[in-house]
Amino acid sequence: MGGSVMDRNQMHRQVANIRKSLFDQGYLDEQFILLEELQDSSNPSFVEEVVTLYYRDSARFLYNLDQALEKRPLDFSKLDSLMHQFKGSSTSIGAKKVKVECSHFKDYCNARNAEGCKRTFQHVKKEYTTLKKKLEAYFQMSRQVGPVHTACRPR
Amino acid sequence: MNLGVVNKHQSMMPSSSGTSWKSAGAGAGDGGVPDQFPAGLRVLVVDDDPTCLMILETMLRRCNYEVTRCNRAEIALRHLRENKNGFDVVISDVHMPDMDGFKLLEHIGLEMDLPVIMMSADDSKSVVMKGVTHGACDYLIKPVRIEALRNIWQHVVRKRKHEWKDIEQSASADEQKPPEEPDYSSSANEGHNWKNSKRRKDDDDETDERDDSSSLKKPRVVWSVELHQQFVAAVNQLGIDKAVPKKILELMNVPGLTRENVASHLQKYRLYLRRLSGSQHPGGMATGFMGSSDAGYGSMSSLNGIDLQALAASGQLGQLPPQSLATLQAAALGRSNNSKSPISVPVIDQRNIFSFENPKSRYTEVQSQHLTNNSSGKQLNLLPGIPTNMEPKQFVSLQQSAQHPFGSMNNQVLIQMGGQSHIQNHIQSQAQSSTNPHHGLRQPVLSSEMLTRGGVVDMATPVYNPAVSQTSSLVDFSVNHKTDSSGSSYPHGGSLGIPSLSAASSTLQGSGKLDTKVSLRNILPSYDIFNDLNQNGSRDWGGLQDVGLNFDPSPHTMQGGLDASSPMLLQHNRSSGVEMGGHNRNLTGGNKVIFSQGVEARTHHNGSNAGQQRNTYIGDSSFRVKTESEHDGSSQNTLYQDQYGQDDLLAAILKQQQQEGIGQPENEFGFDGYALDDLPA
Repeated sequence: MGGSVMDRNQMHRQVANIRKSLFDQGYLDEQFILLEELQDSSNPSFVEEVVTLYYRDSARFLYNLDQALEKRPLDFSKLDSLMHQFKGSSTSIGAKKVKVECSHFKDYCNARNAEGCKRTFQHVKKEYTTLKKKLEAYFQMSRQVGPVHTACRPR
Repeated sequence: MNLGVVNKHQSMMPSSSGTSWKSAGAGAGDGGVPDQFPAGLRVLVVDDDPTCLMILETMLRRCNYEVTRCNRAEIALRHLRENKNGFDVVISDVHMPDMDGFKLLEHIGLEMDLPVIMMSADDSKSVVMKGVTHGACDYLIKPVRIEALRNIWQHVVRKRKHEWKDIEQSASADEQKPPEEPDYSSSANEGHNWKNSKRRKDDDDETDERDDSSSLKKPRVVWSVELHQQFVAAVNQLGIDKAVPKKILELMNVPGLTRENVASHLQKYRLYLRRLSGSQHPGGMATGFMGSSDAGYGSMSSLNGIDLQALAASGQLGQLPPQSLATLQAAALGRSNNSKSPISVPVIDQRNIFSFENPKSRYTEVQSQHLTNNSSGKQLNLLPGIPTNMEPKQFVSLQQSAQHPFGSMNNQVLIQMGGQSHIQNHIQSQAQSSTNPHHGLRQPVLSSEMLTRGGVVDMATPVYNPAVSQTSSLVDFSVNHKTDSSGSSYPHGGSLGIPSLSAASSTLQGSGKLDTKVSLRNILPSYDIFNDLNQNGSRDWGGLQDVGLNFDPSPHTMQGGLDASSPMLLQHNRSSGVEMGGHNRNLTGGNKVIFSQGVEARTHHNGSNAGQQRNTYIGDSSFRVKTESEHDGSSQNTLYQDQYGQDDLLAAILKQQQQEGIGQPENEFGFDGYALDDLPA
């Protein structure tokens, strides 16, 4: 009993640590906490659902951006528009690093800097994928330990 | 509204709200307002991003609001139209693929007069300002926090209070005293007025009034084309600056019309004018409106087209003081190209609004005139989007449906189109045949349609030729808009089309059966396109884009409601990808046609009425659209459609008038009757 409880606690702590590190390392920002606050017993997997929806839906933006970046000449306004939507989506789940790269991309877009756009886009994709993996692991572990955290700001 | 109760279809909202308001008004929190308010507030949230939508919905539910969500503006509009009183507040994203959030905002403001809150990740001042000028009650920056949502009920309360006040005033005025309260001197002071009225109410037996004059309480006075015409005439006579509700009411001398009705209508009208003149002429035209519609439209049309564009281009909507608008209108109406022309356009609308109603016969004659006058011999669809085939009555109904007095422009266009029913049908059929993927297919269909329609289709040609107006003044008008924008294929085709397309198509077919819900809006959008066109050819028509034409992100742009017809619209939209040039225009025209039809349909197409109603709608949308045209060209897919529609309509109408030889007395030429109907008093 004690042992399992301890294990459970340990797991809880682990999950909490993972979560904290996501914030500390800048992958997530406060918006994520707001989502956590919306999660409750009537909506127990809200955060995971939203994140899942985000990854599913935003994939098309990345695809379209990829396509658009292949065109010659580049249609900056279209790129900007696509990125704007993608950025909005990423912001809504608190994907901090992704959002930052999106902003860089938009800056390059405004400056009509094709190279800058392409380069930054690679960063966007990288952050996007990294976060996805981390969140997947985090959610999986969370599910194992059961609802544990309440939103707490990593101050 | 029943604050505490979710009353989706409450026709007597004002009365009920009155009651609750009353208590609220008397003393906030005195217990009159149901305790659970704002719980149960019925919110419609529109955002194309499913992630955001999900988050918003959850947040709103957390606030104990009743949430309906949609990811498409057309669907949202459909919801709103189907449940006229089913929602208390609308929250919408600014950047949406199928329709610019601002257009949606305008539509809602015109048709339903609901508080609309805009949202965007974009917090740049220009965008926020745009929200303000388009009448948004609030602007939230994304990511939206739940705290911001908790307080949205205040907008509902505020709006209800105003409405209520109007009702109260009308009720009391009607029942008891002539609306000459000195304190109601200015419609702009409705806020004050409501206090007065409130006071009165308190003094009187409010409940009695409300109960007795439930019909009075009904906030909506149907501003028929005739009525609006009278209104505009009165305003013009007084001078837009001096037009106060009381005097307008006196001039109009319409029994049963209250000062409040006039006041609120005036407010809308002013807003409309402001939008039309937008940044263009801040103050230039003080001259009053052209009271007589007879002003040579010829000049107007050309002016209008150009002006509208200019206005659109300036992107600073709302800068024009009402005066200038009036001037513009006047100019448009009869002045020879005033620089102010933009106003003219609006004016025309007004006329149209009025004219719609009236004289159906007028329409016919107007239409016939147009038809006959069309030098080009083709039935110009004044408004590309407007089905030329619309029968006169259709127009009339369009107008009515438009509800928006300002929208008259659209109506006008419709009117003209009326004569050319077949065009619409063509479009319809085409649209239908091309039902499929909105992309491309539609376009061709439309273009041909448009071309056949004659006149309007001519978008490809450099539009703004005042001279152009001759043949198809209206058409040219719209065309003018388009010409410039290279990419401007009527964007709104897309967006507009969608909802309206379906409607339109149905209407088209039915010729005159505009039952479909196509709202004028759709038509209007096309006008916007025109405006947009002028502004920057290469603008990303955004709006249309989504229609499904080359738009990547939103594959289903027009899905909304467009059926076959939507293809047409779609085409328009994607200006960026689609250099529709001529085609686009056509499409737009087609769209317009559709729209107009749709518009008619919307309203309750009862044969003749439908047309009228639609017109009103169009007017509205066009009205709104104009301002929109300013679209800053951001890559956003804003659908300028709406904008264009209006302008186009005006242009078209003006043109027609010109063609007609302006002989038409009073712009009546069809425009007269634009019924503003449904303007919420």
